[in-house]
Amino acid sequence: MEIVNITKSYDSSFVKQVEKESGQNMSLCYQCGNCTAGCPYTFVYDQPVNQIMRLVQAGQKETVLKSKSLWLCATCESCTTRCPNNIDVAHIMDVLRHMARREGYAPVPTVKSFWDSFLSSVEKNGRVFEIGLLVSYIAKTGRFWTDVDLGPKVLPKGKMHFKPPQIQGKEEVQKIFNRFKEESQK
Amino acid sequence: MSDSLNYAYYPGCSGTGTSIEYDMSTRAICAKLGITLNEVPDWSCCGSTPAHTVDHTLSSALSARNLALVEKMNLDTAVTPCPSCLTNLKTATHRMSKDEFRDDVNKLLDTPYNGGVDTKSVLQILVEDMGLDALKAKAVKPLKGLKVAAYYGCIMNRPPEVMNFDDPEHPMAMDNILTALGATVLPFPLKVECCGASFGIPRKDIVMSLSGKLLDAAEDIGAEALVTACPLCQMNLDLRQDQINSANGAKHNIPVFYYTQLIGLALGIDEKELGIDKLCVSPRTVINGIGAEDAS
Ligand code: SF4
Ligand code: SF4
Repeated sequence: MEIVNITKSYDSSFVKQVEKESGQNMSLCYQCGNCTAGCPYTFVYDQPVNQIMRLVQAGQKETVLKSKSLWLCATCESCTTRCPNNIDVAHIMDVLRHMARREGYAPVPTVKSFWDSFLSSVEKNGRVFEIGLLVSYIAKTGRFWTDVDLGPKVLPKGKMHFKPPQIQGKEEVQKIFNRFKEESQK
Repeated sequence: MSDSLNYAYYPGCSGTGTSIEYDMSTRAICAKLGITLNEVPDWSCCGSTPAHTVDHTLSSALSARNLALVEKMNLDTAVTPCPSCLTNLKTATHRMSKDEFRDDVNKLLDTPYNGGVDTKSVLQILVEDMGLDALKAKAVKPLKGLKVAAYYGCIMNRPPEVMNFDDPEHPMAMDNILTALGATVLPFPLKVECCGASFGIPRKDIVMSLSGKLLDAAEDIGAEALVTACPLCQMNLDLRQDQINSANGAKHNIPVFYYTQLIGLALGIDEKELGIDKLCVSPRTVINGIGAEDAS
């Protein structure tokens, strides 16, 4: 485990920012560990979720934002449901991901690429176009679809479309993304 | 009562593709049960998990565009089969009850959404609006002898303040429906554990491990089949079952139904209409076994 020197690196504005964006009171967490006990992803996390909570309380911005855990959390809501202090832990994980993204951290690049490909597919077509999503994911990661064995299972069942979906509101959806980009630059 | 069972229907993207049999069976059983589903015209993607990992305003706007379309239909309730869509639609509604957040979301939209549409899962309307007795009364082919584990997945009922349906730790809606239709529903300890969600492509190891545990547990309790209500869970457990077997040195051969397919069978709907042939792990033996005790 990494040892963190909290007296040197306490960043109070980070704590305030997380509280503001998530609407949660970080000081309510008393480290009972319930969130971690129920988190199905601890086995792949570099910091268990209760430790993320503690590190936020301790203002450890960099350690938190570079954590892989933020990208591996599946938002299963187990932590939120089980926290005895009604802290919306999954919401905090989400907000930390937003911050990490804004600050340019992406310690699990395949996950970020997958999410980005998914969203660009929605932006372009209004709905997800699965084959297009896979092609864009492969282009981003250079990983040939490791699921080739699934092709023969899926294709004959007519579960995948070879053409993007066509919806009239496509441009309306594009405008949502454009306005979002404009707003976030303000 | 049946004329009040009239809803806006949001199929979600997977309903048009990888979970087409969920959409087919949902439509088929609702038609049979006298529930009217009006597809939201020109619905768009809710953004699923990727959108909320980027930004909550963006994520809510993608949902709110659809809710505004429902508002235009003059219907007060939108239903969706997919728990991921459901979470997004519900979370957007929940967050937009705050004025400041709602204004931010509406800034991204052509047509503002003001709130007022209720969102429910198809499962919820079957249990709460239709009712188990009415459902049971329509069954013509009880699911006798079928031993299943009902698997809800992680987000259908959580967090309870937002989802507002059933129990967040021990949901019973599917258990109760299937029991009412004559199946034996075994107590499944992992009913709300996560299957690995959308990590199948970027981090397959995660799905192999988490879904692997679910299959092991289902086999341990003697289930002949798993029953799900979520397109992602179904895909991880069914489509990826061979991958999971090779990764974990297991030999599972457990069909994974959508609960709507089993309701459909009990209602006497043709298998074709329920998309039974679209399942990857063949459910043939299990289906043939239904009611077999009676015959012998
Ligand atoms: S469950 Fe709640 S109080 Fe307990 S460690 Fe996790 S966040 Fe803190
Ligand atoms: S929401 Fe994320 S952090 Fe919380 S229990 Fe689920 S995977 Fe773990």
